[in-house]
Amino acid sequence: MQRIGVFVCHCGTNIAATVDVKRVVEAAAKEPGVVHAEDYQYMCSEAGQLKIREAIEQKHLTGIVVCSCSPRMHENTFRQAAKRAGINPYMVEIANIREHCSWIHKDIEEATEKAVILARAAIAKVMLNAPLTPGTSQVVKRALVIGGGIAGIQTALDIADAGYEVDIVEKTPSIGGRMSQLDKTFPTLDCSACILTPKMVEAAAHEKITIYTYSEVEKVSGFVGDFHVDIRKKARSVDMSKCTGCGVCQEKCPSRKTPNEFNRGLNTRSAIYTPFAQAIPNVPVIDREHCTKFKTGKCGVCAKVCQAGAIDYDQQDEIITVDYGAIVVATGFDTIKLDKYDEYAYNQSPDVITSLELERIMNAAGPTKGHLERMSDHKPPKSMVFIQCVGSRCADKRGKSYCSKICCMYTAKHAMLIRDKYPDVDVTVFYIDVRTPGKNFDEFYRRAVEEYGVHYIKGQVGKVAPQGDKLLVQAADLLDNKQIRMETDMVVLATAIEPNPDVRKIATMLTASIDTNNFLTESHAKLRPVESPTAGIFLSGVCQGPKDIPETVAQAGAAAVKVVGLLAKDHLVTNPCTAKADPIFCNGCSTCEKVCPYGAISYEDQLVNDHGIRETRRVAVVNSALCQGCGACTVACPSGAMDLQGFSNRQILAEVDAICR
Amino acid sequence: MQGLIERAKELLADGTVAQVLGWRKGDMGYDPEPAYFKSEEELKDFVYDAFCGANLSKYMIEAAKLEGKTLVFLKPCDTYSFNQLIKEHRVDRDKTYIIGVGCQGTLKPEKIREAGIKGIETVTIDGDTLKFDTIYGAKEMPFADALLERCKVCKGKKHMVYDELIGAAEDEEAGPVGNRFEEVEKLEAMSPEERFAFWQEQLSKCIRCNACRNVCPACSCRKCVFDSNQYDTSQKANAATFEEQMFHIIRAFHVAGRCTDCGECSRVCPQGIPLHLLNRKFIKDIDSFYGEYQAGADTDSRGPLTNFTFEDVEPSIVQTRGGGH
Repeated sequence: MQRIGVFVCHCGTNIAATVDVKRVVEAAAKEPGVVHAEDYQYMCSEAGQLKIREAIEQKHLTGIVVCSCSPRMHENTFRQAAKRAGINPYMVEIANIREHCSWIHKDIEEATEKAVILARAAIAKVMLNAPLTPGTSQVVKRALVIGGGIAGIQTALDIADAGYEVDIVEKTPSIGGRMSQLDKTFPTLDCSACILTPKMVEAAAHEKITIYTYSEVEKVSGFVGDFHVDIRKKARSVDMSKCTGCGVCQEKCPSRKTPNEFNRGLNTRSAIYTPFAQAIPNVPVIDREHCTKFKTGKCGVCAKVCQAGAIDYDQQDEIITVDYGAIVVATGFDTIKLDKYDEYAYNQSPDVITSLELERIMNAAGPTKGHLERMSDHKPPKSMVFIQCVGSRCADKRGKSYCSKICCMYTAKHAMLIRDKYPDVDVTVFYIDVRTPGKNFDEFYRRAVEEYGVHYIKGQVGKVAPQGDKLLVQAADLLDNKQIRMETDMVVLATAIEPNPDVRKIATMLTASIDTNNFLTESHAKLRPVESPTAGIFLSGVCQGPKDIPETVAQAGAAAVKVVGLLAKDHLVTNPCTAKADPIFCNGCSTCEKVCPYGAISYEDQLVNDHGIRETRRVAVVNSALCQGCGACTVACPSGAMDLQGFSNRQILAEVDAICR
Repeated sequence: MQGLIERAKELLADGTVAQVLGWRKGDMGYDPEPAYFKSEEELKDFVYDAFCGANLSKYMIEAAKLEGKTLVFLKPCDTYSFNQLIKEHRVDRDKTYIIGVGCQGTLKPEKIREAGIKGIETVTIDGDTLKFDTIYGAKEMPFADALLERCKVCKGKKHMVYDELIGAAEDEEAGPVGNRFEEVEKLEAMSPEERFAFWQEQLSKCIRCNACRNVCPACSCRKCVFDSNQYDTSQKANAATFEEQMFHIIRAFHVAGRCTDCGECSRVCPQGIPLHLLNRKFIKDIDSFYGEYQAGADTDSRGPLTNFTFEDVEPSIVQTRGGGH
């Protein structure tokens, strides 16, 4: 027979102000099996834990219920307290009477009644608890970083500097990411490439870092500490060991009509190409979709001109399988598509561009060699309009509900740079709000307004219409309460950013959760911001939420520390709350295997003794190292053969019964 | 029918199969029963006519444990159940020899009794007319009036799995007949109160004989959760409203996505409860949320409720499309 102790926490006034804790104690004490019940100011304190310990020892308790905050906060505290007092830590149940009760109720009567019911459910559950013992699993001392932008590079460098092997998988032909496309960076206006390329070089040269460019993660299996990842190394058609990076092939390639992705399609590139001059590795790839040799079989110019004999048209995709202890997602972002924003005439006029396109135009290596000019007639503009929040903070479903966070600052940067370099260009910025929280950010924006004479107008633009060689902009000035119609030469759209579309596929492979905007979800918004709820998966950069470069780099370092903390462990303690199949009840129907997101279920023929009937049956077997205890199998199992230890069907039904009593 | 018997004899004689699973004459002309035949002698009691409604697929679970191969006769819609059982690893295809038999629809004896025809000895189908030899002489009635409800909306006359076909319909490729969701749509059109009253009335007739569960090819669990003492569910079976509010609803949930709509549950219910409507509601909803799916049409696809695709509807969509109630 179980001997249960119930401990009700006041949590200062967090609980006690709304829940009559004394009444909870009284009610709990009357429950069958409860031999001890008391309340205390702070159960999680040393003194509170001591009370639990004393009660366990003096009253020979077999299980305890702590009515307190969410188990996410102090479950481990109380489990350890129970363990020190000599009972199995899994004989502890938490009744969450704070987040689930006192914080969401105002009426003391109602809240107290609910707290009593929650306590009753936890008591009913703990009566059926069984001691559980965690196992251990190994840790592969190697990390994978998915994405080779600044987030991925910084994470990899920090992990590698701590002494662990780390691989970067980057889908494009070079590492560098979005930051390599930027011209200058706010608020210091240093050249983006000048601060990024040293990091790229450092990563490439680091003895602990292996970079797989033009590669993608194909399949992920395993679990924290022991992931198995298939990486597809796409055929580059160039032998990396032979290529000297001389660039002759790119100069001679006759197929030059492919939109240049790096320059956001503002100009074209050859079919064999390196995305940009400082690319790492400095080895081109052949874009087989656009290469004449691959399309028609007739060409082969690059192979003829290559002194090193590095061109290999027969190269095949290669899949390598590598084991990792931890995986960092650093897949970054792209700007949203503007198809739904016809009013800005983006698809109608080449002189309406996105901010990222302007970065390329401003860049010395860009399509205009850094000269500010209109893409339609290559004339320098005399007037420019910047429109903020295009697709950000959007109330309707066309855009994103969130603030893209970086646009206010880069727009101020663009405006300032243009006014600095081309003082004759009149620059107007339409904004909803100007948001500049960040070190030296507001000063930066004020300089744009006060020193550089950029016109900031609070109001959204309703329409941009091409008119002759001009663009007609209709807008509202909300502060002056008047309509504005103005002509301009160029319009720049501060386009919302969104996670890279590939992230859904990657998140599915990793079983990492994702929010409605495709941002990867962190384990705790405040306290575990760089960890995915899936153990062993970490988040770095914009894949988790909009952020600028300094924030990205800081978060990249934080993710690296978490990875290092994991890789430094000799072994991991596994969660004993795993699924288990009862061979007597199992039909071997394979339903559980289909719904298991972790591939933890397999089948074997077992000799089963079913009340004297001995027969060989196909039954489900759970690999407890792979099982994460999600319980999907237990609900899918038609016969109830599958059960989750620590959250058994009996326990859950007992809780429901206790609530409905 | 004679063709089936002859072929069964051959297969028994040449050792291809060790036993035959078919239908045997019952006490009355209208109640043939599933039976094993192990010899030519036993096969003289074999029968196959429009009264042979019983779906033999589920018997193949136990047949898989017998020595040697079993010959089984499956009507077109029975083959869906058999396929579903292959998918669930409950039958052994390698130990099964399937003869697909033609079917023009199976009969509901109550309808024939209502038409005043008694003492039936044999039945034959002649176009749209049913002709009976009875102890009171020859009788006849319109075929359509005697059909089981399930056969009025036939899935099609094509066999999904077989080793050979005997007497299959010429219009085998013809698709389904009738709208099988017509009755479900009527229920959906009711107000929640009316619908509750409808099911309350129907399900309160249940005597918990378990015939529906025992005949259902999807209810193939070694031990039913309702009989298990493992989860304290058996005690809940004593609840006053168990049949009305729990048993049939839970059973429909358990077979959702796996039910082939064979209609055996309603056929065998001694109380005449239209149990298949619960399953059809699930099938209709699954079709509308996840795309058309016919359980048992194949042996390797993933059922919609045990699969995940990026195109799956969000729960909010299920709500707005009326799946939330």
